[in-house]
Amino acid sequence: MSKTPKATLAKEHTKIGLKPGDKIALINARLIDPASGRDEAGGLVIANGEISDLGPKLRRNAPDGHEVIDCGGHVLCPGLVDMWVHSGEPGFEHRETLATASHAAAAGGVTTIICSPETNPIIDDVALVDFVERRARDTAIVHVHPMAAATRGLKGEEMTEIGLLKEAGAVAFTNGASSIANARVMRRMLAYARDFDALSVHNTEESELANSGVMNEGEVSSRLGLPGISKSAEVITLERDIELVALTGARYHAAQLSCASAIDVLRRAKARDLPVTCGVSINHLSLNENDIGSYRTFLKMRPPLRSEEDRMAMVEGLAAGDIDVIVSSHNPKDADAKRRPFAEAEDGAIGLETLLPAALRLYHSGHLQLPALLRTLISNPADILGLPCGRLQAGAPADLIVLDLETPWVVNPEQLHSKSKNTPFDESQLQGRVLRTLVNGNTVYTLSDHD
Amino acid sequence: MTIAASPDSFFYPHRHLLGIEGLTPAEITGLLDLADDAAEANRQVNKKQDTLRGRTQINLFFEASTRTQSSFELAGKRLGADVMNMSVGSSSIKKGETVIDTAMTLNAMRPDILVVRHYAAGAVELLAQKVSCSVINAGDGSHEHPTQALLDALTIRRNKGRIEGLTVVICGDVLHSRVARSNIILLNALGAQVRIIAPSTLLPPFAERLGAKIFTSMDEGLKGADIIMMLRLQLERMSGTFVPSVREYFRFFGLDHEKLKLAKPDALIMHPGPMNRGVEIDSAVADDHRSVISEQVEMGVAVRMAILQAFGQHLQNQ
Repeated sequence: MSKTPKATLAKEHTKIGLKPGDKIALINARLIDPASGRDEAGGLVIANGEISDLGPKLRRNAPDGHEVIDCGGHVLCPGLVDMWVHSGEPGFEHRETLATASHAAAAGGVTTIICSPETNPIIDDVALVDFVERRARDTAIVHVHPMAAATRGLKGEEMTEIGLLKEAGAVAFTNGASSIANARVMRRMLAYARDFDALSVHNTEESELANSGVMNEGEVSSRLGLPGISKSAEVITLERDIELVALTGARYHAAQLSCASAIDVLRRAKARDLPVTCGVSINHLSLNENDIGSYRTFLKMRPPLRSEEDRMAMVEGLAAGDIDVIVSSHNPKDADAKRRPFAEAEDGAIGLETLLPAALRLYHSGHLQLPALLRTLISNPADILGLPCGRLQAGAPADLIVLDLETPWVVNPEQLHSKSKNTPFDESQLQGRVLRTLVNGNTVYTLSDHD
Repeated sequence: MTIAASPDSFFYPHRHLLGIEGLTPAEITGLLDLADDAAEANRQVNKKQDTLRGRTQINLFFEASTRTQSSFELAGKRLGADVMNMSVGSSSIKKGETVIDTAMTLNAMRPDILVVRHYAAGAVELLAQKVSCSVINAGDGSHEHPTQALLDALTIRRNKGRIEGLTVVICGDVLHSRVARSNIILLNALGAQVRIIAPSTLLPPFAERLGAKIFTSMDEGLKGADIIMMLRLQLERMSGTFVPSVREYFRFFGLDHEKLKLAKPDALIMHPGPMNRGVEIDSAVADDHRSVISEQVEMGVAVRMAILQAFGQHLQNQ
């Protein structure tokens, strides 16, 4: 039933959107292709927006007639694919537009962003998927693919037109931050999605159990006097979803795990050969509930930041391959939404621009090898979504980044490209930064241009 | 003209017709032969016969029906029976009477044949255990609708000359369809290859065990089909519960001329009615020269006469 061949999606987008860059050679680079494990000194040639050739022979010598970019020995790898991004458009343009989100993405080395349907209106109709694609084509400087709502209005009651939405270009179906509470609706949605080979991407939270919780349920929430969200709220619904995946055979991606016991659930599901994958947000790999300190609302998010043990379990799960994907969970919120008492502040943190440097901490600390880390940011999400990007190989789209692994820098929210500045990494010291980003062979960002 | 097949050449060995399940291929073929003759008789100017003269037939419908009820009524009248229609939905149920009590009450009036439709699977069989006359299942819940399967088979046989070896595709809401269940059993018994096409949400669990090959896409399932049976999709199932919307259903599971090209050029188009034009079937396809939907209605009367006549054999033997 999959009427939308995997490869045509992005290619069509290329055709109507960003014009392909022509005849460019990137030399003197450390080529890293996380999918194949390639890691060697070399160069790469772009023609018509695609990679036409690469390898050690091109390290010093560019073919004639090409614009030459010297990578200075830095890493050259495919751009990142971020599976969980809120753009704010349509409906919340004062927080972020597709254009500003794409600039933040380009500066963070993200060349493909997957947008949540949680906008106003909610993306639950073919015309709205079309709107997002057209706006992205006209205003964004990186690839944008919408996810569509799995149920109308994200109410968890009636499934959306999954077949037509997929044909229109929706790459996955989700109920946003909330779960589909009704197991019967969830079952039918998954069964129907399976017929169309559609990917379901879900956050899991048992709403009655989470109730009015605003942070992780634990000692810290008790000390702060804030209502907590039990880890069980995440695990119960995740277990239910996995059981329904076993029943229906649908492809399922758990969007953002946050606790150790959730990883156990996924590990067991994978051991049963179920078609499941999972992700974690950079926030849950980098921060824990203690960072909330004295009610820092920039650290209020869903799922909530958990304990240090949970964070470590996330890192280990990533290293063990139990977790497939890291997302930014980019969720721009204006000052008015955050400058409130903790319980009343809105959830969410921006992250497109800090995703890669924050993830590199795991490499610098020795927790993950570089190719393994980059796989979770680049080729794994591309594969799960069925996109042709995320690979250094001839014929692949020339969505590339030049990455300085070593240079330290301090995050200054005012210098970030997002319209909203709610970063939990403000004043953080990070090591490693994107120097240049190319989309379809065109340079859409260089560090010196902007900073 | 009278029905040609004599009681000597075919004897129906059951008191009731509760389902296709349990009938042998020979019994099915025998009924179809009788029905063929009835179809000819129905095309004569004088359609009246006296096979069931003096017999009483009660059509007991616990669920609204137009075509099945009128088809049974006409069949009974053409064979000379006294036919009474009872629509129970509006009276007894509201007064709290159970199916069995209703059956006992009617049984006391000494009918010879009860034609029963009920909204609950198994209800007709339950009722049949409590009465002393013959019972015909005119549809019980999502279980069986044997006369529909017989009339479909008759229509196919008259157009294709056979049933064995044909590829028959049943497309649509199989989950809630008694027509599909009876057809799958009958077509398997007579040697057809049966396929089902439906979204997973409209398939019964373990549907492949019913004796059909399962497809969730028209593109695959329609290839090389000899017969395409479209099923009705109830309105209340079209808006996000089982299927997202009418337009999505029609796009992926509705029969239009584009999808019809996948089937054999001479494929028959069938529908048990009533149709939702533009939902499960394109209006032009429903009216196509390959559509035998009206012939199905004609064969419905013939098949019902055949089964009533078969019962008449018992009545004479008592």
